[in-house]
Amino acid sequence: MSQSPAFVLNVLETPEDPEGQEPSPYDESEVHDSFHQLIQEQSRWVAEEGLELQQRQPETGALGASGSDHETMLGPEGAPVYSMATLRILASMPSRTIGRSRGAIISQYYSRTVKLRRRAGRPQLRDMGRSARPSLRLYDLELDSAVLEEEEKRGLLVKELQGLTAAQRDHMLRGMPLSLAEKRGLREESRPPRGKHRAQWHRGLLSCCDQLRDSCVLASHNLGLALLSGLQALMPWHYALKRIGGRFGSSVLSYFLFLKTLLAFNTLLLPPLLAFIVGVQAAFPPAPTGPVPAFTGLELLTGGGYFTHSVMYYGYYSNATLNQPCASPLDGSQCTPEAGSLPYSMPLAYLFTLGAAFFITCITLVYSMSRSFGESYRVGSTSGVHAITVFCSWDYKVTQRWATRLQHDNIRTQLKELLAEWQSRQHRRSACGQLRRVAVLGLVWLLCLGTTLGCTLAVYTFSELMIKSPVSAEREAVLLLLPLVVCLLNLGGPYLFRILAALERHDSPVLEVYVAICRNLILKMVTLGILCYHWLGRRVGTLKDQCWENFVGQELYRLMVMDFIFTLLDTLLGELVWRLFSEKQLKRKGKPEFDIAGNVLELIYGQTLTWLGVLFSPLLPAMQIIKLLLLFYIKKASLMANCQAPRRPWKASHMSTVFISLLCFPSFLGAAVFLCYAVWQVKPSSTCGPFRTLDTMYEAGKVWVRRLEKAGPRVSWLPWIHRYLVEDTFPIYLVSALLLAVIYLNIQVVKGQRKVICLLKEQISNEGEDKIFLINKLQRVYERKERSRAGRTEEAVTPPALLTDGWDAQ
Amino acid sequence: EGGMGTVKQSDDFTLTGSLPSARAHRRFCELLPQEHRSVEESLQARVSLEQILSLPELKANPFKERICKVFSTSPSRDSLSFEDFLDLLSVFSDTATPDIKSHYAFRIFDFDDDGTLNREDLSQLVNCLTGESEDTRLSASEMKQLIDNILEESDIDRDGTINLSEFQHVISRSPDFASFTV
Repeated sequence: MSQSPAFVLNVLETPEDPEGQEPSPYDESEVHDSFHQLIQEQSRWVAEEGLELQQRQPETGALGASGSDHETMLGPEGAPVYSMATLRILASMPSRTIGRSRGAIISQYYSRTVKLRRRAGRPQLRDMGRSARPSLRLYDLELDSAVLEEEEKRGLLVKELQGLTAAQRDHMLRGMPLSLAEKRGLREESRPPRGKHRAQWHRGLLSCCDQLRDSCVLASHNLGLALLSGLQALMPWHYALKRIGGRFGSSVLSYFLFLKTLLAFNTLLLPPLLAFIVGVQAAFPPAPTGPVPAFTGLELLTGGGYFTHSVMYYGYYSNATLNQPCASPLDGSQCTPEAGSLPYSMPLAYLFTLGAAFFITCITLVYSMSRSFGESYRVGSTSGVHAITVFCSWDYKVTQRWATRLQHDNIRTQLKELLAEWQSRQHRRSACGQLRRVAVLGLVWLLCLGTTLGCTLAVYTFSELMIKSPVSAEREAVLLLLPLVVCLLNLGGPYLFRILAALERHDSPVLEVYVAICRNLILKMVTLGILCYHWLGRRVGTLKDQCWENFVGQELYRLMVMDFIFTLLDTLLGELVWRLFSEKQLKRKGKPEFDIAGNVLELIYGQTLTWLGVLFSPLLPAMQIIKLLLLFYIKKASLMANCQAPRRPWKASHMSTVFISLLCFPSFLGAAVFLCYAVWQVKPSSTCGPFRTLDTMYEAGKVWVRRLEKAGPRVSWLPWIHRYLVEDTFPIYLVSALLLAVIYLNIQVVKGQRKVICLLKEQISNEGEDKIFLINKLQRVYERKERSRAGRTEEAVTPPALLTDGWDAQ
Repeated sequence: EGGMGTVKQSDDFTLTGSLPSARAHRRFCELLPQEHRSVEESLQARVSLEQILSLPELKANPFKERICKVFSTSPSRDSLSFEDFLDLLSVFSDTATPDIKSHYAFRIFDFDDDGTLNREDLSQLVNCLTGESEDTRLSASEMKQLIDNILEESDIDRDGTINLSEFQHVISRSPDFASFTV
């Protein structure tokens, strides 16, 4: 292997040799030494042997001139070739032993514990020597004084652990990469000794309290663990999700987890509505206004008919105060309030419950979005794709053999695509090619936006048509046509986009996915926008004497039902039929891929409909919950039977963040804007609902605040808040300005962090060059030792020649 | 404190998360022969590598031998005790910190146990990822290019190998490392 056998020994081919001379850092009894000490030793040996002036041997090609200190000796593959002694030193270098040597780990965690106790943040850069490597600083090595033995370090660590509370100690121990026996030993040693303070009663009491608190914490921790494991065993979907993850990987799992999240949001939304609006009104039903139509099966689809005059819709709710102790007295006599009755103002309850429910949903959404973003975004995370793919892309959750084979294929494809992308970036495309690519991209986008516009116009004309031809009560099925058209367009649009996207060729597959999501989202949101205009802008006008809120509520109900039916159809046709077709007719073995992006957008669309309709139909979240439950089981069954995991590389955590951001921004924000407009600007209908006598729905709140003002000085803070914080616009400007300032500061912090990372990288690479320089020097020292020993054993009389290289000059 | 007390105590500072130590103990006992399944014996017994490799979570994993070698504390590194098994579950659970996961991932990927990932380690790693058979491997030029790119991206001190700090730095930039769980 080596070309100059006189100087260099071969590197062992099988390093897994415990009896071999090369000590592996796996030998944990070896404490890592300081480089400094070794160099001193070697220099001492050289000084002892005297400066031997030898004739320089004729150089062979591989060695090169030894005058330059920066040159390394290169073996045939370009890797440096070192002697046995140098390799031994390399093996005990701190950077190589930190992963294995117990002493190094203990030392590292000792310094971390010290920091925890002193509550010091990052060490001041001023205090460190400029040349100290960041990694070495953490290990608290003292290069000048004697190196601590492992036992001493362990003792120090134990002492530090004793100074922490039990919870902090357990937390520290949990984070240490030591074996269980070690951790147990450390914990035993660091337990505060009992009976020490028995002499002093006061301190005995304190330690008693400490022990009580510790044992309480431990007991509650154990109880918590037991409850958690019991809860997880009870949750019906825990094993189902595990099976899905095992067969299809984390990316498909992210769809089902998103479904679970939506279920949680709806479950959060429903109880206040049930308790304060639906339940109360159901307990005090209003007098029926007319004959109730009989129940036919069509109501389940159209939401009208029998359901019109039920708690389902806005029109059923009364505008008076329920449970009023007495009606207005006719003869001036006093009202005697009944014991235990509480007047309940329905309009106020309606407005405030909805407002509170939306506010809680908003806070929860923003919190989960920011947490998801924090978990998935890192400064500088876009670089280093090759390393990240190789180190992080294997999904350990996958347990089945055929799924593992699929993962192998996926990773191989991904690596080849990355390499191809890298290659193409190395060779810049010609200007002509660039222009052509931009032209094709522009054309496809134009076509997609044109399709969206076409769909929008279709929905608009159809809705105008529906207005012009009013529907009588007998032909309610005609009302289903508009939702049908909308759902057909929503179904066909994405397929058309997929066909158009085949024309353009993106460099990165991830970008394709994002672009597809973007286009689908634009289509869905624009369609919903046109429908909102149709309802609030046109229907309010045309249904002047009737209950337009009921109508809007029913429209949304119909849209939800149609959406569900079409999702079922899509699952059936897109997955089951396609699989049968491709197996029987096309004789292909591949099953259809599970389209994660499309399915997630469907979920977001359904949730948007729920949020849009909650004002007009308070029971819509209950419907959405039922729909999501059914969807879970249907999608799971179809997935297991018909689909395979997607071939595209999916960064599951990035996509979860994208999904929840999409849920927050176009979806929830749009619904909130729609609701605000409906509450603030639109005149409620005068024949039905809790706000029938008012100009806007918001007036109910204003009226109540005015009444509070008149009621007396004790509750005057509430009207004050209302006048100066809600109705005045200045606080809003102030809050927006503060928010902008915070965002700007965060951006600057991130920029600063990037700069610091660059500087640190430069520093580390300089240190690396230092290290190679020192290793070469060591190598040369050993060489000379070998040469001198060889020279002496041969008893050759060689006239001392002048040293020609610059070793003396160093 | 008896055997099961010791087992339960481990819950405090291992992170088996959804699989508390008692259940782990049950699964470990399933791997032992019938007559050695008492609590005292199971805490001292060691299970051979082949039996651990038959666990469903590890059976199809290409890194299974390395995982068992890393967690084994026996001198010949071919058997696991119950504590080693707990360590293994703890590192692979949902609640282990990324620090611990990256530490053990480094040890698992270090095929020659020399404390760094050099070119041979990386090429063996890539072969494990892409499948072992001849037609699934990358070509030699692709492999060389890939390893060059990896070293370019992660070897900050330019010594031709990736040590633990550099590995942890690369991992910390990828939030997907949570996939290092079973």
